[in-house]
Amino acid sequence: MAFTKLISTCIPLPIDNIDTDQIIPARFLKATSREGFGDNLFRDWRYLPGDVPNPDFVLNQDRYSGQVLVAGKNFGCGSSREHAAWALVDYGFKVVVSSEFADIFYNNALNNGLLPVVVEAGVLERLFEQIEKEPGTQVTVDLPNQTLDVPSMGLSVRFEINPYKKDCLINGLDDLDYIRSRSEAVSAYEAQLPAWR
Amino acid sequence: MEASHPKTLFDKIWDQHVVERREGYPDLLYIDRHFIHEVTSPQAFDGLRKRGIRVHAPHRTTATADHNVPTLNQHLPIKEKLSRLQVEALEKNCKEFGIDLYGLGHQRQGIVHVIGPELGLTRPGMTIVCGDSHTSTHGAFGTIAFGIGTSQVEQVLATQCLLQYKPKTMRIEVNGQLGKGVVAKDVVLYIISQISAAGGTGYFVEYAGSAIQSLSMEGRMTVCNMSIEMGARGGMIAPDETTFQYIKGRPHAPQGEDWEAALAYWKSLPTDEGASYDKVLRFDADDIQPMVTYGTNPGMGVRISDPVPASAPNMGPADMEKAFNYMGIRPGESLLGKKIDYVFIGSCTNSRIEDLRMVAEFVKGRKKAPDVNVWIVPGSKQVEEQAKAEGLDKIFEEAGFELRQPGCSACLAMNEDKVPAGKYCVSTSNRNFEGRQGPGSRTFLASPLTAAAAAVTGRIEDVRQLMN
Repeated sequence: MAFTKLISTCIPLPIDNIDTDQIIPARFLKATSREGFGDNLFRDWRYLPGDVPNPDFVLNQDRYSGQVLVAGKNFGCGSSREHAAWALVDYGFKVVVSSEFADIFYNNALNNGLLPVVVEAGVLERLFEQIEKEPGTQVTVDLPNQTLDVPSMGLSVRFEINPYKKDCLINGLDDLDYIRSRSEAVSAYEAQLPAWR
Repeated sequence: MEASHPKTLFDKIWDQHVVERREGYPDLLYIDRHFIHEVTSPQAFDGLRKRGIRVHAPHRTTATADHNVPTLNQHLPIKEKLSRLQVEALEKNCKEFGIDLYGLGHQRQGIVHVIGPELGLTRPGMTIVCGDSHTSTHGAFGTIAFGIGTSQVEQVLATQCLLQYKPKTMRIEVNGQLGKGVVAKDVVLYIISQISAAGGTGYFVEYAGSAIQSLSMEGRMTVCNMSIEMGARGGMIAPDETTFQYIKGRPHAPQGEDWEAALAYWKSLPTDEGASYDKVLRFDADDIQPMVTYGTNPGMGVRISDPVPASAPNMGPADMEKAFNYMGIRPGESLLGKKIDYVFIGSCTNSRIEDLRMVAEFVKGRKKAPDVNVWIVPGSKQVEEQAKAEGLDKIFEEAGFELRQPGCSACLAMNEDKVPAGKYCVSTSNRNFEGRQGPGSRTFLASPLTAAAAAVTGRIEDVRQLMN
């Protein structure tokens, strides 16, 4: 699940406040494994009643493809369901670009090797315009250098990510590996806890 | 120096729980209490099995089945296969890893955020997590409580710790006295309508001010519950006598000397004079009326007497239009008199005994409107039993309301309690997202009182006009 650099076209979803119920509706959360959620990614936008693909939805439009989802602000708000991140990854996304992410989703994405890239609102706006104009627009996401480049726009922006999480993504490590390596500190902390806590 | 430095409630609890702080890493935070349910835990247990590790502190995790359970005939096997398998997986996992389970059929079963406080498992000064965004509910007791993903559920099971960056802090004050017919739900819907569904992103909120302090524990839980709906990691309220009285005598409350020691700690928690926050917002209780949402996120709320606005904080025109189209509502129209089809009274926001009492007091001697389906889903077996002991079930029955069995139910419509496509539901739950209550369903979030008024009139009404 390690991530370093990705060159890909993008799929635009210029809608703000996309909640995790839209990313994966609750009725599809009944599985006990992490796989297969991509089939129901954006289910109720992607399909019309009767499971007919909705031609107006971007995932059903041939002109858009790629491993980068570009979405409106406050992406991933609402329910904490990690299934939302699993569904995006299972569908094939490796990066989500937005001007703002909901906190829980942001963490869930990072914990699944899905890179959330935060850009300024103005940059996001320009990116949407560019992708609409030229659906084949390629972007380069470089994690070690923390840059998002769109050569056809002459755009190069730096994005922030905390250094620990960056290191985890690049090396394919997870929090649990690290926390387990700190077990002595945890034992020492627990030893001083009063019984009523 | 450190001792005299004024600290917030949040900072006191956070600092108290830092196991280790290392340069270049997030804080390693100890978690006192972990709640789990059937939907977001199975993959975490699988992870433990794959790594061949056991649960580090089983007594600090408590399980219940709530999201997926039917609210009728709970004594029978769950009909829907996938739901049944998920509930069975929870039972199996709890048994294998030695975790207390308040499962289906248990006399203490219920919605995870309702039973935690009921059992006395939620206490001031704790860190509390659960694979559910409404874990913020527990903040009502003066705790740092927040929702986590399944990977983090696995981390807590394995280590009782999480790696966390400290969020910014925001103080939200509501001062003054709430008017007739204005309750906790209206307070939080009002706040979110003012700051938007993303107004709290990156922050942990402390609610304060006289209007907040005057709330019961149930009311405080309603407010903290919806912190996530403004994007905040969580929300909290300083513990006080109301808090202590609620906890005292509950099954897991400390006793004797432990109670005294705990109480002394709890009393030290409220924010010190002069402590600073990253952001402070102040609201006046006089500005708050019964609230109702008109759109597809909880920030799209309006005072019942105001027309539906054409714009809302942090919302672009295209997103407003998308929401209006979905809801079948136009800006400028009044929601008063809007015909509705369903009323759902329940969820971790508003399914506690006080909510049911509020509804019963209003509907006593009235009947539901003929074309409306009314579901009352208690938050727990305890709430259900208490309601029956007080005769509330009789009042509901006479009014034509259906008192069901505990679970998350139509809040997220994972079980069969779904609002049909295109139908309108006045709901005491927390989310009005597209399809949240069933594909194509249209939700108006409101207080239990406003929901009760809708149930008896079949319309959205100003409950204040109907109160005796």
